[in-house]
Amino acid sequence: MAIAQEAEERTLTLTINGREVQAAPGQTVLQAARAAGVQIPTLCHDDRLEPYGACRLCLVEVEGARGPVPACATKISDGMVIETHSEKIRKLRKFVLELLLSNHPLDCPVCEAAGDCRLQDYAYEYEVNMSPWGWTPPSFETRDDHPNVARNPNRCILCGRCVRICREVMGIGCWGFTNRGYDTIIDTPYNLPLQEVGCVSCGQCISTCPVGALTHKRSRYAARHWQTEKTRTVCPYCGVGCQIVVHTSRGRLVRITADVGRGVNNGNLCVKGRFGMEFVNSPDRLTSPLVRDEEGNFVPTTWEVALDRIEHNFKRIKAESGGKAFAALASAKCTNEENYLLQKFMRAVMGTNTIDHCARL
Amino acid sequence: MGVAETIKKPAPTRPRRVTPEVEIGICLGTGGIAAGGKEVFAAFREGLANSGIYAVVKPREDTCAGSCASITGTGCRGMCAMDVLVDVTTRKGGRESTVTYGTVTPAMVTKIIEEHIIGGEPVHKWIVLSADEPTSHNEFYRYQDRLVLRHCGKIDPEDIDDYLEEGGYLALYKVLTEMTPSQVHEEILASGLRGRGGAGFPTGLKWKFAAEAPSPDGQKYFICNGDEGDPGAFMDRSVLEGDPHCVFEGMAIGGYAIGASEGYIYVRAEYPLAIKRLKIALAQAEERGFIGDDIMGTGFSFHLKIKEGAGAFVCGEETALMQSIEGKRGMPRLRPPFPAQSGLWARPTNINNVETLACVPWIIVNGAQAFAARGYEKSKGTKVFALTGKVKRSGLAEVPMGLTLREVIYKIGGGIKNDKPFKAVQMGGPSGGCLPEALLDTRVDYEELNKTGAIVGSGGMVVLDADNCIVDTAKFFLKFTQAESCGKCVPCRVGTKRMLEILERICEGQGRPGDIALLEELAHNVKSASLCALGGTAPNPVLTSLRYFREEFEEHIFEHKCRAGACAALTTYFIVPEACTGCRACARACPVNAISGEKKQPHVIDPEICIRCGACYDKCRFDAVRRQ
Repeated sequence: MAIAQEAEERTLTLTINGREVQAAPGQTVLQAARAAGVQIPTLCHDDRLEPYGACRLCLVEVEGARGPVPACATKISDGMVIETHSEKIRKLRKFVLELLLSNHPLDCPVCEAAGDCRLQDYAYEYEVNMSPWGWTPPSFETRDDHPNVARNPNRCILCGRCVRICREVMGIGCWGFTNRGYDTIIDTPYNLPLQEVGCVSCGQCISTCPVGALTHKRSRYAARHWQTEKTRTVCPYCGVGCQIVVHTSRGRLVRITADVGRGVNNGNLCVKGRFGMEFVNSPDRLTSPLVRDEEGNFVPTTWEVALDRIEHNFKRIKAESGGKAFAALASAKCTNEENYLLQKFMRAVMGTNTIDHCARL
Repeated sequence: MGVAETIKKPAPTRPRRVTPEVEIGICLGTGGIAAGGKEVFAAFREGLANSGIYAVVKPREDTCAGSCASITGTGCRGMCAMDVLVDVTTRKGGRESTVTYGTVTPAMVTKIIEEHIIGGEPVHKWIVLSADEPTSHNEFYRYQDRLVLRHCGKIDPEDIDDYLEEGGYLALYKVLTEMTPSQVHEEILASGLRGRGGAGFPTGLKWKFAAEAPSPDGQKYFICNGDEGDPGAFMDRSVLEGDPHCVFEGMAIGGYAIGASEGYIYVRAEYPLAIKRLKIALAQAEERGFIGDDIMGTGFSFHLKIKEGAGAFVCGEETALMQSIEGKRGMPRLRPPFPAQSGLWARPTNINNVETLACVPWIIVNGAQAFAARGYEKSKGTKVFALTGKVKRSGLAEVPMGLTLREVIYKIGGGIKNDKPFKAVQMGGPSGGCLPEALLDTRVDYEELNKTGAIVGSGGMVVLDADNCIVDTAKFFLKFTQAESCGKCVPCRVGTKRMLEILERICEGQGRPGDIALLEELAHNVKSASLCALGGTAPNPVLTSLRYFREEFEEHIFEHKCRAGACAALTTYFIVPEACTGCRACARACPVNAISGEKKQPHVIDPEICIRCGACYDKCRFDAVRRQ
């Protein structure tokens, strides 16, 4: 125990861009730099995934190393001297971005990811020249028949994040690399429909895609990223309490996302949390309570009237038939506290133990 | 000696080998078979039977009681340009003599049987090698030092007894009974053996790292990399096809040295014969107890599996190879962790090339000093080179490290075909580079070659003459690596494609003034930013070509000229009327009927129809067809 604690407290001293910083052992250069406030660009990295080292954007110089090393996968060691933004490194990053843009469609005006696209951000940051090597955008054709996941392989930069999140986090493996080299494309096995290869429609692949290759199909053309208001809240579906960000525009819900590094879900969501909020915009949604008139038809009313009607009827039934005449079904969409109150109310006030919960079904 | 007897003792069901009066060895390597080796083999069997000579494939006490001839299919002996090669050894009157016939066809067999085997007088005009008479092909072997290829072409790779006759598995026995694992890697380290796959890392050191690396459950793996993919390289195939047990023995010794009880031989699927022979050999080695549990009663167990590749060049890269064995897509992963720490299934793993492993039993038997005595400075022992291209004698040549390129090309290879001027030698395959005449005195040595920008690599040595265009050659190798890029990292996937596009337009006469600078910038960036060695070395052929033959690139771009006449778009063919005799040879050779003209009148090439194949140029005996 004492040894473990000691190990935890031990720190390494590194020099990042000439500044001495302390970092915990076991960290990567990327993590240590981030903790020191130094942002290293990454495209294939996602904190939820194992380091991959494919995009070559996070290359940094480490004193004594044979060449540039990927910050995402290089573990720190004591006394390491790291340069993250030297002239040479900036040039290499610019080179990698220029290569990526040389076969990228550049259809940013109609791309869902515009404004929320790492490639766009870095291209701007590194002052990329548009076509030193010419511009030959790919023209892959593939099926795009999933109700929630919109695919555009021509925008894909082959970072493999979708492939890895589906395998590493979800344990499924709907996506894989098909073909080789320049002709590589991310596809389902045998180009089957996504729904037929075990997809649970969680949209995790969308959440990790750094560009516009995988996007929310249902919110296409609804609003640009910079036009939406972002509200942090908790997913209303189940008791896990996933942290979500609700994007709204002109009073309408556009889409749901989740931030990596925040909450119990760490950016992960299920099909309900990510795609199940459409009901909010439904014209059929009830916006006031309904009570029946003398002829048995529902008519809108106020909460006061409705609650009075409930109180009256509860009291009447209890007097006529006793508390055992009641049963309660609690909802997973309520919080723990609400569910607790419901069962307390049923037992203590109404006098029944017939209580159940939809999550048990 | 006791040890030898223990191993050499034949199994009860296998009668002792006898020495026949006539031994016929027919090359049945891939080259031999392609040239008709199987047909020659059948012709010999039939011919001998018709002549009343009792011939057997395996001369043993039960099959060959009195006088007999033996007929054996052997592996490749390197001189593939002369296949089908047939060795005939005769022992008459106590005098043993061996000659080798070259380019043998079934039609030649009867004459060989009648004159040589029955008549006792070799058919001199067909002899390519003989101890008694000088032939130009004797020179091919004269400067060689065959250590890796010591059994290739000599033994029947499908018969373990042949290997045992040569002292096979003695090295393994010695290691298991007399040496500790650390003594083994000390011995290999002392020999100076370095990885023959291209990187040249000291093998003993690699073994030491893997031996010292802790494994969570004690399991370690020993892998043989037989995914020989460089265009033109075939030394590993030759060893796998011609001497498979040697590789098993090297692996078992390595397994003992690092503490691995399981091994994999990863062979590319394009080598079906190697796979077949490995399977046969493995079954025999397991049956005799050289591979498996409790090897030779020493308590050491080592199991082997043969894994076929699926056709990706990148799987020769060790991390991609391990991914492939694990059943995943063959894509390189980041190092560290190195395989010695965490390799196959996250266990300490050692990977060696076929040629490296073939050296191991030899070193154990002959001692580290004998190996280290060969070679030059930091490059010890011998290296097999695949000598191809415009040389007179192409094939596999095993030479001591430190020979100069000139010696290999002119002494072993016999110089340039048709005595044309030498232009360049492409060393080390798609990761290597083209060296000019001025560097011909460079020694074949890891350090010396690296200084030039080329590499020893897997040992490809393609000789180019004035008819080869240097830009076109660079394009060829880049096209290969570009197509074989796995697609994982951006610099290799997109960068090599962009480089290739520039080279293609230069070859098509569309080169632009800034293209050379653009190529150099791309090449340097792809080299320093790529994830694995494939991308890290892919620009080498372009960079060395630019370093030594820059003027040819400039000629292509600024003068729209290809001096070699290899780039079709930059070449025009025409006929000089004064020199033309009107023999019509060129017109007959033209595949597209672009040449017209009456017989005995000067001919004309229609440039609109001409596809610039050069067939007329090669055909004309009067130097009337010219190109520019």
